Amino acid sequence: MSRTTGGMDLLRFATAGSVDDGKSTLIGRLLYDSKSIFEDQLEAVERTSQDRGEEYTNLALLTDGLRAEREQGITIDVAYRYFATPRRKFIIADTPGHIQYTRNMVTGASTADLAIILIDARKGIIEQSRRHAFLTTLLKVPHLVLAVNKMDLVDYSQETFDRIHDEFTAFAAKLDVHDLTFIPISALHGDNVVERSASMPWYDGPSLLHHLENVHIASDRNLIDVRFPVQYVIRPHRSTDHDLHDYRGYAGQVAGGVLKPGDEVLHLPSGLTTHITDIDTADGPVDEAFPPMSVTLRLADDIDISRGDMICRPHNRPAVAQDIDAMVCWMAVERPLTPRTKLVIKHTTRTARAVVRDLHYRLDVNTLHRDEDATALSLNEIGRVGLRVTQPLFVDDYNRNRLTGGFVLIDEATNATVAAGMITDAK
Amino acid sequence: MQRTDYRLSQLDMLEAESIHIIREVAAEFERPVLLFSGGKDSITMLRLAEKAFWPAPVPFPVMHVDTGHNFPEVIEFRDRRVTELGVRLVVASVQDSIDQGRVVEETGKWASRNRLQTTTLLDAIEEHGFTAAFGGARRDEEKARAKERVVSFRDEFGQWDPKNQRPELWNLYNTKIRQGEHVRVFPLSNWTELDIWDYIRREALEIPSIYFAHPRMVFERDGLLLADSPYANRDDDEPVFEAMVRYRTVGDMSCTGAVKSVATTLDEVIEEIAATRITERGQTRADDRSSEAAMEDRKKEGYF
Ligand SMILES: Nc1nc2c(ncn2[C@@H]2O[C@H](COP(=O)(O)OP(=O)(O)O)[C@@H](O)[C@H]2O)c(=O)[nH]1
Repeated sequence: MSRTTGGMDLLRFATAGSVDDGKSTLIGRLLYDSKSIFEDQLEAVERTSQDRGEEYTNLALLTDGLRAEREQGITIDVAYRYFATPRRKFIIADTPGHIQYTRNMVTGASTADLAIILIDARKGIIEQSRRHAFLTTLLKVPHLVLAVNKMDLVDYSQETFDRIHDEFTAFAAKLDVHDLTFIPISALHGDNVVERSASMPWYDGPSLLHHLENVHIASDRNLIDVRFPVQYVIRPHRSTDHDLHDYRGYAGQVAGGVLKPGDEVLHLPSGLTTHITDIDTADGPVDEAFPPMSVTLRLADDIDISRGDMICRPHNRPAVAQDIDAMVCWMAVERPLTPRTKLVIKHTTRTARAVVRDLHYRLDVNTLHRDEDATALSLNEIGRVGLRVTQPLFVDDYNRNRLTGGFVLIDEATNATVAAGMITDAK
Repeated sequence: MQRTDYRLSQLDMLEAESIHIIREVAAEFERPVLLFSGGKDSITMLRLAEKAFWPAPVPFPVMHVDTGHNFPEVIEFRDRRVTELGVRLVVASVQDSIDQGRVVEETGKWASRNRLQTTTLLDAIEEHGFTAAFGGARRDEEKARAKERVVSFRDEFGQWDPKNQRPELWNLYNTKIRQGEHVRVFPLSNWTELDIWDYIRREALEIPSIYFAHPRMVFERDGLLLADSPYANRDDDEPVFEAMVRYRTVGDMSCTGAVKSVATTLDEVIEEIAATRITERGQTRADDRSSEAAMEDRKKEGYF
């Protein structure tokens, strides 16, 4: 267990696999071997394991969160886990692999720096592995790890591993995968999870944990296109404090680029330019702000700025668009997405209404086949749609910036979040 | 902050995320309130709220659900902190709920007002018309909490439905509710216990004295060290003795256990916590030990 967490950095990763591929065991193993499991948690798990007559302590039980899941022995919702090594703190989005839970995987992947897809070495690449890989690329998770699990059950065979490696590499060529790493493991016995395994001398790569600790994530953020969605206008109005009387600051979280005092900036929707005088935080002014910092900007000129507006650079603007094309993952149980469906769209700090103009196609996530005759998207289906929005949004392609390219759709009748969208084109 | 290569330390990232969440909720909800227990998590949360709106004051009140069985040190701390910040304090009292017949005091050795707080909390949310209540819960605390959303919907009965939660993607939070419904907001979702302590040290935050080792009259019950207090329902076969203890969480005196400790400074406390092999709740909370699903069941009813 790490001793203190102050100075290290943070990696968020998502795990995906089909039922019984060993995802819970792997997470339990990572937590256990990094000494992030406490004695009382372990005792509870040992007790349950014994009660069930299991041969080994079932580390999977460590991560089975809710009663319904414990009773059914399945993971039904995204759960978040935490562990740290002296190098890094990790947040795991543990996303279940059932077909019906695509939406959980999409949710977990949306904030992930890295995704681990588990494969059962005996079964090789199956339909769901392809689906998981596709979803990680759709959500633009920058790093992908294919963990070939249960190597102990195939006699730690290099041949088996190589076959899976080659098959997946061929498939991945069709997707937009930037960084792909293959690691043969046994989650149950711990081979190549934390320590390199003596049973697989033919493998000369890092252990999974070593890879997680060292994968380079600093350059994954967009530091080029300045995007600052205004979240909240700070006006102290304290009559007692004359210094603050005229204070007007625009608070928000930097979604892209690097901002500095003195920079010329452009405000949307007005199109007016001004420059940054100060970048404030409660700990004092800073000389630059970059993602994902939460700061408060002060500007030289009095422009009418409110929540939902965007601050960018004069020669590098997002698209100002009311017509948007996007890949959408539909998440509603109650009803499908069809043309003319009216919804609320939430994008950066702006909320508007939107209507589905076209369903261009539905994508078969297993074959990547585009069904252009589709008339609806139902739960967990993905397709490309055209939306018309009641007011302009300030958007980028999702490929360029996940924060200014992603949105959610909300059903006004139920207030449920019914879709995740990734912008592909905007006018 | 380390700025040279455009990297933030993980504490800075957590802080930035929490501030974003707090501002988002302040911008989108009519009547937010921050639930303040005087414990380390709510102290951290209040500090983050202060930072989120600086130099303006925190734009919502804080509410304490007072069981009447609180540590006096914590109440004293609470009052001082809210005065310093100039925020309005709302106190919702479990005793009032009992007096009004809304809840019935538990009896017996394990009697506690812990579960009764849910009614007091929900009544107060309704009475004041609060639409969003910030809570200091962390996902690392407990299995049921690991699945909790950051902005977590509660129906008109204040209930949580773990099987029907709104997906949360990127940094977008669905803040839509109808009349009578509310949300709980957990800005510290991604913090761990150690992160909280590191932050308290970094920010030099004041915390109530009971977090540091001090001599106290205690007795042992079921492996927990409980403070001898009028609320303890202590049996004759549970002898009282003096011990050097500190608290790892701050709850009701009747069900919050102390740990033996010699840590009298923050550095020493952090060192002890970092070395401990037992979870915060397992070590100190009688309320969570009654069953494997205790927290999940209470949360469904509307607990913190
Ligand atoms: N032999 C072997 N069994 C494994 C391994 N990993 C997981 N298992 C077993 O496979 C079964 C399913 O694992 P679990 O972690 O629950 O799968 P999940 O559904 O993906 O979370 C359990 O019986 C595990 O003990 C492994 O590396 N080797």
